[in-house]
Amino acid sequence: MRINCPFCGERSLDEFVIQGDASLTRPDPAAPDAAAAFYTYGYERANVAGAHKELWYHSAGCHAWLVVSRDTRSHEIASVTLAKNVALARAKASTGGV
Amino acid sequence: MATDHYSLWSVLRESLTGHKTWKPAWRAAAPKPSYDAIIVGGGGHGLATAYYLAKRYGVTNVAVVEKGWIGSGNVGRNTTIVRSNYLLPGNIPFYEASMKLWEGLEQDLNYNAMVSQRGVLNLYHSDTQRDAYARRGNAMRLHGVNSELLDRDAVRDMYPWFNYDDARFPIQGGLLQKRGGTVRHDAVAWGYARAADRLGVDIIENAEVTGFKIENGRATGVETTRGSILAKKIGLACAGNSSRVASMAGLKLPIESHVLQAFVSEGIKPFIDGVVTFGAGHFYVSQSDKGGLVFGGDIDGYNSYAQRGNLPVVEDVLEGGMALMPRIGRVRLLRSWGGIMDMSMDGSPIIDKTQIDGLYLNAGWCYGGFKATPASGLCFAHLIARDEPHEVGRAYRLDRFRTGHMIDEKGMGNQPNLH
Repeated sequence: MRINCPFCGERSLDEFVIQGDASLTRPDPAAPDAAAAFYTYGYERANVAGAHKELWYHSAGCHAWLVVSRDTRSHEIASVTLAKNVALARAKASTGGV
Repeated sequence: MATDHYSLWSVLRESLTGHKTWKPAWRAAAPKPSYDAIIVGGGGHGLATAYYLAKRYGVTNVAVVEKGWIGSGNVGRNTTIVRSNYLLPGNIPFYEASMKLWEGLEQDLNYNAMVSQRGVLNLYHSDTQRDAYARRGNAMRLHGVNSELLDRDAVRDMYPWFNYDDARFPIQGGLLQKRGGTVRHDAVAWGYARAADRLGVDIIENAEVTGFKIENGRATGVETTRGSILAKKIGLACAGNSSRVASMAGLKLPIESHVLQAFVSEGIKPFIDGVVTFGAGHFYVSQSDKGGLVFGGDIDGYNSYAQRGNLPVVEDVLEGGMALMPRIGRVRLLRSWGGIMDMSMDGSPIIDKTQIDGLYLNAGWCYGGFKATPASGLCFAHLIARDEPHEVGRAYRLDRFRTGHMIDEKGMGNQPNLH
């Protein structure tokens, strides 16, 4: 398994550190249901067998945070995107493009 | 007449008649329409649960449904180590109960599981690590489990050929549990299967669960590739596939599935007579009766259902081995493989009811499930039969992450790939 970093090109797995499921978003700590939401965020995982989006950090490279789409059954990587771009797209979608 | 009981006399008798009348170790059972209890997953834990349900709790109308063949998952893919050298109160009594069951297992099952109490030695390499091991050893003794803290010379007496002069990680001593050791892993699955079968349990292979029947918040049966089966109670013992199976019942678990690799070398002459772990990295090794060195290290660290890992961890494990025992440098690696680990969020298992009545969960064994097999089966059987947790398994609640009662042996928090 090698990860194609947008800055550095295809690099060995041991240059990267995984953080985990990229589909989770940190809940609003001021929300009335914050305790329940933080439990879900902190502990419950979909743990899919198949297409999985996950956060990787290029620690021994360019220090970029990446969102890698990978099949957990075959380890095949479908896409690698900068986590920043994923977050910006998500913010744009949640504010209706403003 | 078919020979059933295994003994010296039965071997002699069968050898005179060409071994033609051995009774099969278990029947190839077809599913009945309904059971009192169904266990999903024919691995070590599922088969042990079925056995103890029948043997200790008198529930004999039980089926074990397994998607492949029994023992085809982690019980046949591990490094066979058993031990009870844990630190935390929720864990020690449970793993010690397991150790005691291992000690009587072969007589109990009438099956040779090659239980070998050859000793488990955890090496320490710094003053701080010695303090941590002293604390662990004392915690064990407070729970009535013997442990011995050895200094460098005592370890040298046992294994004079370790690399004691490693400049970065000198061996300073070790924590020894003499009662720990190894057990023939496949034989555990087969022994429990045979003993459960003799008590009336149906072992149904090649029956993959594809869904659950749930009516008014109560589980009433399973859909399988061999038809629907009704049951009053359903227990899940699906290890690495726990999340997948539980999701069919609408449950989301505090578990991630990861890959752990293990390795075996070519067969060599008697080399190491106990189980040894390298404390400065992650490397554990024992030698099988066939002569192969059986060893492993850390999980790869990413979610995986592939049952195979990647090369960086292979390199890391072998570096740990070379740091500890440079003389294995010219031994050839025979095989490596991977298993799917159900990594829980605090590194400890779950044996509990679920939100759905009649549906019980046994999961989250991380990469320490093999040693737990007998106690896991006993506690899960107790829970299913009595609807209350067994005394030694009561800490393993599903809701502990919500209530803050985590059992975090390594103090890593909710990062399952670090446990």
